[in-house]
Amino acid sequence: MNIHEYQAAEILQQYGIPINAGIVCDSADAAADAAQKIGGKVVIKAQVHSGGRGKAGGVKLAEGPDDARKVASEILGIDISGHIVNMVLVAPAVDIQREVYLGAVIDRDGRGVTVMASAEGGVDIEEVARDTPEKIHTETAHPHLGLRDYQCRRLAFKLGLEGKQVGGFAKIAKAVFKAFIEKDAGLCEINPLIINGDGEWQAIDSKITIDDNALYRQKAAEELRDLREENEIEVQARAHGISFVKLDGNIGCMVNGAGLSMATMDAVKFQGGEPANFLDVGGGASADQVTLALNLVLAEPDVKAVLINIFGGITRCDVVAQGLLEAMGKIDVKVPFVIRLIGTNQAEGQKLLADAGITVVERMDEAAKQVVAAAEGAA
Amino acid sequence: MSILVNNQTRLLVQGITGREGSFHTGQMVEYGTNVVAGVTPGGLGKDVHGVPVFNTVSDAVEKTDANTSIIYVPAPFAADAIYEATDAGIKLIICITEGVPTLDMVGVYHYVKEAGARLIGPNCPGLITPGEAKVGIMPGYIHERGPVGLVSRSGTLTYEVVNALTQAGLGQSSAVGIGGDPIIGTNFIDVLDLFQNDPETEAIVMIGEIGGSDEEQAAEFIKNNVTKPMVGFIAGQTAPPGKRMGHAGAIISGGEGTAAAKIKALEAAGVKVADTAAGVADIMAQQMKK
Repeated sequence: MNIHEYQAAEILQQYGIPINAGIVCDSADAAADAAQKIGGKVVIKAQVHSGGRGKAGGVKLAEGPDDARKVASEILGIDISGHIVNMVLVAPAVDIQREVYLGAVIDRDGRGVTVMASAEGGVDIEEVARDTPEKIHTETAHPHLGLRDYQCRRLAFKLGLEGKQVGGFAKIAKAVFKAFIEKDAGLCEINPLIINGDGEWQAIDSKITIDDNALYRQKAAEELRDLREENEIEVQARAHGISFVKLDGNIGCMVNGAGLSMATMDAVKFQGGEPANFLDVGGGASADQVTLALNLVLAEPDVKAVLINIFGGITRCDVVAQGLLEAMGKIDVKVPFVIRLIGTNQAEGQKLLADAGITVVERMDEAAKQVVAAAEGAA
Repeated sequence: MSILVNNQTRLLVQGITGREGSFHTGQMVEYGTNVVAGVTPGGLGKDVHGVPVFNTVSDAVEKTDANTSIIYVPAPFAADAIYEATDAGIKLIICITEGVPTLDMVGVYHYVKEAGARLIGPNCPGLITPGEAKVGIMPGYIHERGPVGLVSRSGTLTYEVVNALTQAGLGQSSAVGIGGDPIIGTNFIDVLDLFQNDPETEAIVMIGEIGGSDEEQAAEFIKNNVTKPMVGFIAGQTAPPGKRMGHAGAIISGGEGTAAAKIKALEAAGVKVADTAAGVADIMAQQMKK
């Protein structure tokens, strides 16, 4: 789950990390008031769940309230990688003596948590990792003991820090790690982390993502969710235990199982079509779930044809077929659909559908081919 | 031969009185798996499909000599269940549970490894050695015993491929679902190593998906260690970056974990990679004729 920059900063502040506190505004007038309150030069930053805000014109400086009103009105409402800016953060402009990168991530290869730091702060860290990996320094936390103080100091020295900067950085690195663990983060980073004009450390831009699997024990995080940032159908699907991801094509897909769903999308693409969505209805594929899922797929106006691909394992095909018939009875399906249903009791399941005038396709590649043709015919 | 489970498996079911645990215990018993015990705290004395229930894993192991455990407990309690099985001396632990927090798995992964035990999963369908032991939630009847070893990060996609292999007359030595989470106990390399050293396994199918770099690491391993013919498939060629595709581990992040990179690595290691899932059994059939 993603949260906003200002929310991430507030979390880090709770862990004793000095942040550049600002005021969140949802209108140009509010931004002007905020600039008035803060005084002097301010920075106005789009609050959206998307990277690349600077390049998209979502981060700008302003001098005083009138300028802040103008700049905020320019940023509010723009689209950054498909996310509309509903809020801006108005914060004091800071004097930067030095900037670094600091972040904690799940290291899949090392099966642990790694804390990373780089003297290349304020730039796209993925680019640094790709082009000059030697500029990123890492420390892996012990799976049961966590991150030790000496590891934090070692990072500080690798960044070339000196004197009291070392201790200051080490304390922040330890706090970032602690926040990562306690908030069940997937990523917790400060970029840039700066030394300001007064020689003090300050987090300028913070980002935290939270492990969806841990939300049951991160109740406070759920309150940080901004539904405006999420696709409406994806939100509905999640509420019913269905995984749904909207894509750009016109062939709706309804499948059971995540791997089979991806493989089905791939098969559609291989036949020259474009999938409109990823949808994993769950292993069981009960009548209720199928009805719901079909509604979600058809809610997208671009969908020209639907491919239903169910492997009936423990849930028998005849049960799935009954569910499909029930669902289709309830929904006014206006687009052509192709069904592939195999597995346990497949003959019975296919017969149920055939009796209702629905043909079932045996092979997945054949089903993909037919649905692509159907979508082209309907387009 | 086969790998990991067989007719010597003495299976313990953790979470046996729950809806999933109880249902699948029935299915496994019916398949012929030697299920010797179940555990549910406070469940001592109960009986599930003829299987006696104990309060703790250590009691169950003491009374029944269980040597393998399968876990169906809900996600918030899954890590504790794995620790309990490890501490009771179980050497093969299969965790079916989906939705275990990633940070829980960090501790678990290293603990299990240090204890010299093996964890499969979480978020996996389990594993099967056809005709001997079904330790998981897969439909048993689609499998047939034979020369092909199969390892996969997926559930239903595995059934799909197994079904096609069986219909093509290609039985399986064992089929292992390693799970779709970012941190799992057993990875491709571990299972490929077992299949390479299993005399019954003549060829191997490997089914990967987007996210992480386990497939790329497996490709390195295959290049140097696997001499048996291999057919592969990578799901998620059409998946957009930054979006989690159902499985917690199936996400392309920072340009890494793409299907294209995995396919390239596997092909460079001599694996025949099918364009679509339907092609896997076809290619394997051709390979086996040679």
